[in-house]
Amino acid sequence: MNDLLTRRQVVTGMGLLGLGLLAGCDGSTTALDFKYGKDLSNKIMGRTFKLTDTSGEVKTLSSYRGLMPVVFFGFTQCPSVCPTALARAVQAKKLMGEDGKTMQVIFITVDPERDTPEILDAYVKQFDPGFVALRGTLEQTQAVAKEFGVFYEKVPVGDTYTMSHTATSFVFDSRGNLRLGLSPSLSAKQCAEDLLTVMEVC
Amino acid sequence: MTALFSNVARVLLVSLLTAASASAFAQTRVDDAWVRTSVPGQPSSGAFMRITADTDSKLLSVSSPVARDVQIHEMSMTNDVMRMGPVDSVPLPAGKTVSLDPDGYHVMLMGLVGQIKAGDQVPLTLTVEDARGVRETIEVKAPARAMMDSMDMSHDHGSMH
Repeated sequence: MNDLLTRRQVVTGMGLLGLGLLAGCDGSTTALDFKYGKDLSNKIMGRTFKLTDTSGEVKTLSSYRGLMPVVFFGFTQCPSVCPTALARAVQAKKLMGEDGKTMQVIFITVDPERDTPEILDAYVKQFDPGFVALRGTLEQTQAVAKEFGVFYEKVPVGDTYTMSHTATSFVFDSRGNLRLGLSPSLSAKQCAEDLLTVMEVC
Repeated sequence: MTALFSNVARVLLVSLLTAASASAFAQTRVDDAWVRTSVPGQPSSGAFMRITADTDSKLLSVSSPVARDVQIHEMSMTNDVMRMGPVDSVPLPAGKTVSLDPDGYHVMLMGLVGQIKAGDQVPLTLTVEDARGVRETIEVKAPARAMMDSMDMSHDHGSMH
């Protein structure tokens, strides 16, 4: 595992030195053999989003270069699948030990009207202070969801609404290649195993 | 005719007993009730529990002083798309424990009057109706648990009746 880490750090360093190519570390995005999740290595999704973090800074996928972004769409009033997915990410990160430090959870709200930066910040940080939340205008939210093939819609209830949405966690490697889709039905341990597979390639 | 009379009589009897002492007819049990904590400004949260009714019944509604609107929602997952929506009632088949948990039916506390903090005891009032139309109300105090605790379903027993 130490050899692995060293190799990855070297490769990441090379990436940061500047080629900026959207290719795998070995120059390809060949399919990976995941035990539980869905291989998305051949999908070109989620590369051009531009959203704002909770401190007002504009973020793109390349803002997280060198890390392993795990992107989840949700809303803070979500009673079940969102807190469960975020809590699962915390557990997976712990299970991965030192390697878990490379994982960057990114929560993108599908409810920017109600999820203010303040609420989003407090929400994700209660799971892990390192988690980030991104938010866009209604148009940007539509665009990023489309880019990821994510479905979301408002469900009216009384004088307010709740939301339905795709609950997949999308995992990129440290060079910005989409690699893995994690279903909400997977356990933290299953996720951790597949996440380590992503880290092995890049 | 006799059967009909006896049914009417029983309904009356149950109503009288319910009125006299809610605990005389322990028809529905509520276990392990808990509420998810909220962050400041978050307008809603969820309540979860396990319900067991003695006879075929249904959960009609839940109310709580901590929220302006309390609804029962059902979550379903198809092809990793989570769908959410309100339901009119939750069936409670006789003797079967029905879970209101993050993976299915749950109680939505909407329009919170304040932040729900870890350790708060949130009062919930459940209205359950049995097959004969007799209604029962159950008072529960549900402890508030932090987000991260929601993964481990440690069972500290809530109040029941």
